[in-house]
Amino acid sequence: MENSVIVIGGGISGMTAAGMLALQGLSVTLLEKEKETGGHLARWDRLFPDRRKASEVLDFAREGMKRVNLVTGVTVTDISRQGREFTVVINSPIPNPQSPTPDHETVLKARALLLATGFDLFEARKKEEYGYGIYNNVITSADLEDRFKLKKGILTSEGKIPARIGIVHCVGSRDEKVGNLYCSKVCCVTGVKQAIELKEMLPAAEVFNFYMDLRMFDRHFEELYYEAQQKWNVNFIRGRLSECAENPDGSIIVKTEDTLTGKPFKITVDLLVLLTGFVPAGSTGDIAGMLGLVTGTDGFINSADSHIMNNSTDIPGVFVAGAVKGPISIGEAIADARAAAIQLAIYLNSPTPADD
Amino acid sequence: MKLEGKRLIWNEYQKEIADDNYFYVRSCVRQNFFPAAEKTFLRYMKEFGKNVFENPSHTTCSGIGYHSDIVPIETAMTMVARQFALMTESGYENFVTSCITSFGLYTEILDTWHHFPEIEEKIRVHLRNATGREFVKPKNLAHASDVTFKLRKEISKAGKYRLVNQNTGEPIRVVEHIGCHYSRMFPSKGVGGAEYPYVLVGMIEEWGGEVIDYPERRHCCGFGFRQYLIKANRGYSISASKKKFESMKPYKPELILTNCPGCPMFLDRWQYTISEMEGITYGEKGQGIPVLTYEELAGLILGYDPWDLGLQVHQVPVEPLLDKIGIPYDPERKFLDKDENSIGKPKSPSFLKFY
Repeated sequence: MENSVIVIGGGISGMTAAGMLALQGLSVTLLEKEKETGGHLARWDRLFPDRRKASEVLDFAREGMKRVNLVTGVTVTDISRQGREFTVVINSPIPNPQSPTPDHETVLKARALLLATGFDLFEARKKEEYGYGIYNNVITSADLEDRFKLKKGILTSEGKIPARIGIVHCVGSRDEKVGNLYCSKVCCVTGVKQAIELKEMLPAAEVFNFYMDLRMFDRHFEELYYEAQQKWNVNFIRGRLSECAENPDGSIIVKTEDTLTGKPFKITVDLLVLLTGFVPAGSTGDIAGMLGLVTGTDGFINSADSHIMNNSTDIPGVFVAGAVKGPISIGEAIADARAAAIQLAIYLNSPTPADD
Repeated sequence: MKLEGKRLIWNEYQKEIADDNYFYVRSCVRQNFFPAAEKTFLRYMKEFGKNVFENPSHTTCSGIGYHSDIVPIETAMTMVARQFALMTESGYENFVTSCITSFGLYTEILDTWHHFPEIEEKIRVHLRNATGREFVKPKNLAHASDVTFKLRKEISKAGKYRLVNQNTGEPIRVVEHIGCHYSRMFPSKGVGGAEYPYVLVGMIEEWGGEVIDYPERRHCCGFGFRQYLIKANRGYSISASKKKFESMKPYKPELILTNCPGCPMFLDRWQYTISEMEGITYGEKGQGIPVLTYEELAGLILGYDPWDLGLQVHQVPVEPLLDKIGIPYDPERKFLDKDENSIGKPKSPSFLKFY
């Protein structure tokens, strides 16, 4: 129990933080609800801005976890705190439990918790007017990454090579109608990256990105946007979609507006890709409730201070890393997880924490 | 197209519809456009043993003026409050509207009062000062198409006909068009929501037809209030309808089903107008696509005489549809009133096939 840490969430943030904590000699248990670690990163083919393989980053994180006690396929059902000790109950028996309990659950003890439950992708079918789950040739950016990974080519549901592809930005983000006012931050550059990848695979295809504004916030992003236009002739239309419909041949009619010319217009595409944004992971709210942690109106967990205590929470011994606090890129998530690990180690090594 | 995706959405938008004892309010315009639609609703409700009450003192809800920017919202609210007072005085609590715009206005006002109770109090004062009346808000608000949707299985069981082509055995291909004010403002208040409403689809499916989804399904019928009510704007109205006809034509629809006062009017009348202007017709062999209200269709399914349903006043002749389904009709009685007197026969259109 002494200097033991439980990390909840086995995406890139949880993996990175767990590895860093273990490197510092702490006893670290990582709990992951899925059977495999990796989170959303495991589903992605290549990363922006340099299009390196996502698997390389994942392999690096996994390599760092050799000293971590990894428990997958479990759900946290209860968390309580007494003084500086946390009790975490999970819904499945694991070998060598620290405390014997009924068969269906295991009780774990820790001196600190690190929450890295990440995010869920916005459920695209909630934008009903775009027809995801109804029109066969409307897919999400995650579906497209699946196709990139499988390397079986990009085809329409009718088995044709798409001649025209639309990419819709801000699906479920900056959208009052679905209750998400925040920007999901990485969709813009993902849309640019995927547009280039589509052009690499299908040089003859026309690709249209429908955007509100392009938030190329990080280094090399703007260059990628320029490359998309200058090298790959990707079209960027500033306007939000009003609705989509299906033609008899399965192609998709997009109704939108070009706000730069001030005119509504219709365009038919063979494939429509929805760039779905971040929403808080379903488990985040559950765990926040167990601990009494404060979440924002957007459902993400609020850190103790957004500038100088960004990895701490209002509860001593509970730390946060990555997308559990809001949309974040892979590079930022790794840096944030390392920072959280350092903060947590300082807390455990502190002989007289301020809260005691 | 994946039907299961639509079914997921339909499951999320279920609304409570009262079983019986309805206070019914009519539309301002439907009795002129499609004179027997409301009468038919009352007829089958009675046959199914449902209690529907009408108070002869009820008036327009003023929605047509409100949505035309003529009637201010406070006036509309006070008129709606009076309708509720009539319901209260009549001893009812389930309010049913014939008109989609009325349904939208009642829904909007109840929602406004829910969020801003001080406005409701103000309106109560206005109503009291103007009429001395008080009201209780409805326990249940539904459109008459909701109520018919609820009865669709009973109608099917009692029905004499199915939406099936008797010559081919194939289901009749039906386009459904939902009035904008049914669920676009408040998706949760419509059966099936706003994007893929189920209220008419459910009837068509239950009665044996095949629903056609087409690209301009959500597009305005052409009424749009100011598009038509301001004469100079009528080009917008007819072009909106034409856009829909052009979009649905490749699917070869055999019937358009509607639940709004304006939609059947414009989808029906503009077919004639377009044929006169451009010589274009959208049905088979120079025919138009018949346009029915859900009450009229329910009446046909139940075996009511087509001329008792007022189908002779439709601009697009319905005979081809009746022939396909196998519904008998007497051509000689088409233009006779209930006392067998002639109501006059319209001139034949130049292009639209007339019977």
